[in-house]
Amino acid sequence: MLYRESGQFSTSYPADRRIFRLYQERWAFYLLLAAAFLLIPWLGNDYWFSAILIPFLVLSLAALGLNLLTGYAGQLSLGSAAFMAVGAFAAYNSHLRIEGLPFLLSLLLGGVVAGLTGVVFGLPSLRIKGFYILVSTLAAQFFVLWVFTTFAWFSNDSSSGVITAPPLVILGHDFSSPQGRYLFTLTVVVALGFLAKSIVGSELGRNWMAVRDMDKAAEVIGIALPKAKLLAFAISSFYLGIAGSLWAFCYLGTVEPHGFDLSRSFQILFIIIIGGMGSILGNFLGAAFIVLLPILLSHIASGLLADTIDAGQLENCQKIIFGGLIIFFLIKEPDGLAKIYQTCKQRLQVWPLRF
Amino acid sequence: MSFFFEVLLGGLLAGVMYSLVAIGFVLIYKASGVFNFAQGSMVLFAALTFVSLLERGISFWLAFVLTLLAMVALAWTIERWVLRKLVNRPPITLFMATLGLSYIIEGLAQSLWGAQVHGLDLGINDEPFEFQGMLLSQFDIFAACVAGVLVLVLSVFFNKTRTGIALRAVADDQLAALAVGIKLEKLWLIVWTVAGFVGLVAGLLWGARLGVQFSLSLVVLKALPVLIIGGFTSISGSIVGGLIIGASEKLAEVFLGAYIGGGIENWFPYMLAMLFLLVRPTGIFGERQIERV
Repeated sequence: MLYRESGQFSTSYPADRRIFRLYQERWAFYLLLAAAFLLIPWLGNDYWFSAILIPFLVLSLAALGLNLLTGYAGQLSLGSAAFMAVGAFAAYNSHLRIEGLPFLLSLLLGGVVAGLTGVVFGLPSLRIKGFYILVSTLAAQFFVLWVFTTFAWFSNDSSSGVITAPPLVILGHDFSSPQGRYLFTLTVVVALGFLAKSIVGSELGRNWMAVRDMDKAAEVIGIALPKAKLLAFAISSFYLGIAGSLWAFCYLGTVEPHGFDLSRSFQILFIIIIGGMGSILGNFLGAAFIVLLPILLSHIASGLLADTIDAGQLENCQKIIFGGLIIFFLIKEPDGLAKIYQTCKQRLQVWPLRF
Repeated sequence: MSFFFEVLLGGLLAGVMYSLVAIGFVLIYKASGVFNFAQGSMVLFAALTFVSLLERGISFWLAFVLTLLAMVALAWTIERWVLRKLVNRPPITLFMATLGLSYIIEGLAQSLWGAQVHGLDLGINDEPFEFQGMLLSQFDIFAACVAGVLVLVLSVFFNKTRTGIALRAVADDQLAALAVGIKLEKLWLIVWTVAGFVGLVAGLLWGARLGVQFSLSLVVLKALPVLIIGGFTSISGSIVGGLIIGASEKLAEVFLGAYIGGGIENWFPYMLAMLFLLVRPTGIFGERQIERV
C-alpha cells in the first residue's frame, strides 16, 4: 500500500531506464539527499563528522569501487587498499609538484593514476582467472606499499614517512572544518555513486555481469573479454583511488602507507560481502554496518562489563563477531543487507495484506 | 660462488617451511575444492594451543595429542557449521567463508591463550654448521626431513589406504562419489583433521623459528605463491613450489635487493608467481581444466 506501483507507466525507454523508476523511490532519495546536505551539517557535531560520517562515506566509496570489480565483473581482489594508497599518494604528489593545480584536479589525477595502476595489475586477468587472480591483486598490495615505504620521493623525503595533507581549499573556499570536509566528501560520493549506478545499468555493466556469471559463455556471445575485464579494473581502481585520496585528505589529514595495508583490503571486502555483492546500495549499508558495529560493541562492553574486559580481549571479540557475521551472511543471506532491503520493499508493496 | 650456493641452499631449506603450510592447503583443496584461507590461522591456533599446554607443565607428547584432539574438534565444528551449510555454493563463496573462519580462529586462539609471544624449544640446536665451506642451519635440515617424511606418509595415505582412495574419488567428482556411497561428511572431517595435523607440524616448526605469536598466521601469505607455482592440486607440486619460492626469494633479496632497496621478499614471490602463471596458468603440476559452456 505504501509502495504502490500501480498507475506508474513508463512511456519511453529513457523513462524505463531511469535510476529510480518509482516516484516513491525518487522522493525518498530526494529526502535523503536533503537530509544529508542540509539537516545533518546543521545537527551533527564534530565527533560525528570526523569519527563516523566521513569514514562511513569514504569506505562506502571504496566498497563501491571493489563491488564494481568483484560484485559486477566477478574478479576477486585482495588489493583494494593498494589502489587507495596509489590514489592518495598520486593526489598528494600532483598537488605538491604541480604549481597551482586546483585540489579537485589533483584528486582526479589521483584517481586516474590509480586506475592506470589497476589496469597494469589487471593485465594477468586476461590469462588467468578464479583464485589465481588473487595473486595479482596481492602482488599489487605488497608491491605498492613497498614502493611507498622504500622510496622517500613519494613522501617528499619526510623522515617519518608520514606527511600532513594540505588544507582543503576548493574554488577559493576553505573546506577544512569537519563540517566542510563532510560536505565535500558527501558531494564526491554522491556524484560518483550516480556515475556507478549509470555504468552498471549501461551496456558495460551488463557485459560485466555476463563475464561474472560465465566468462566463456560471455566470450561466445561476442563480448570482448579483455576490454570488459580491463575496464572493470580501471574503473574500480579509479574509484578506490579517489576513496584513498579522500581517506587521506578528508578523514586522516595525513598521507601514510601503513593505513592502506592488507587489513584495509579485507575490511573493504567484508563491506561488500555484508552489504551485498552486485548492489550499489549494499555498499552504503555494509559500510554503515562496519563503521558502527565496533562503536556499538565497545559501548556495550564498557556499559555491561565495565572493567572486566580489556582492550585486547575486546579486539578479539570483535574479530570473532566479524568472522561469525561473514559466515552467517554467506550462509543465510548471500546477497547481503541489500537483499534484506529488497525483501522489505516487496513486503511494503502489498502491506497490510500478505500477498 | 660458494656464497651463492650458501644463499641458494639456505633458501631451498627455508622454502621447505613454506611447503609445509602449502600442503595443508592442497589437502583441503583436493578433497573439497575449498581454497582454505584459514590454514594460516589453523597453524597459529595449533601452535598456540600446544605452547600454552606445554607452559602449563604438560609433557611434550601429551600436549601434542591434546592439540591434535583440539584440531579434530575444530575440524568437526567447521564441517558441521560451515561447510555443510554451504554445499553447492560457488567456490568464491566458500573462499570468503574461510576468510571469516580465519578471523574467528585467530580471535579465538588469542582470547583463549593471550596475545603475548611464546618461545618454543623443540630441543633442536639452531646453530649453523659447516658443510663443504658453507654454513647451513641444523634446524632447517631437520625441518626439511620432517617435510619429506610428511609427504611420504601423505602420499602413501592417498594412494594405498581406503580412505585415501575415497578422498581422491571425492576430489574427482563429488556427485559420483556420493552415488557410489562415499560419506562426504566423514571424509571432509578426516581431511580437515589431516590439514589440522599438518598445520600443527608447520606451527611447531615455524613457532620454534619465529616464536609463537600472531604473525604466525601470516605464513598463509607466504604459502599462497608457493601454491600458485606448484598448482592447487598437487602435494609434490607444493614442495617444488616451496623450493622455487624459497630459493629465488633469498637470492633476490641478497643479489637484487642491493640495487633496488631491501625488504623485497614481501612481494617478490607474488611477482614470480604471476610470471609463472603467464606461462602456465595452472601451475607446474596443476590439472588442466576443460571449460564448457
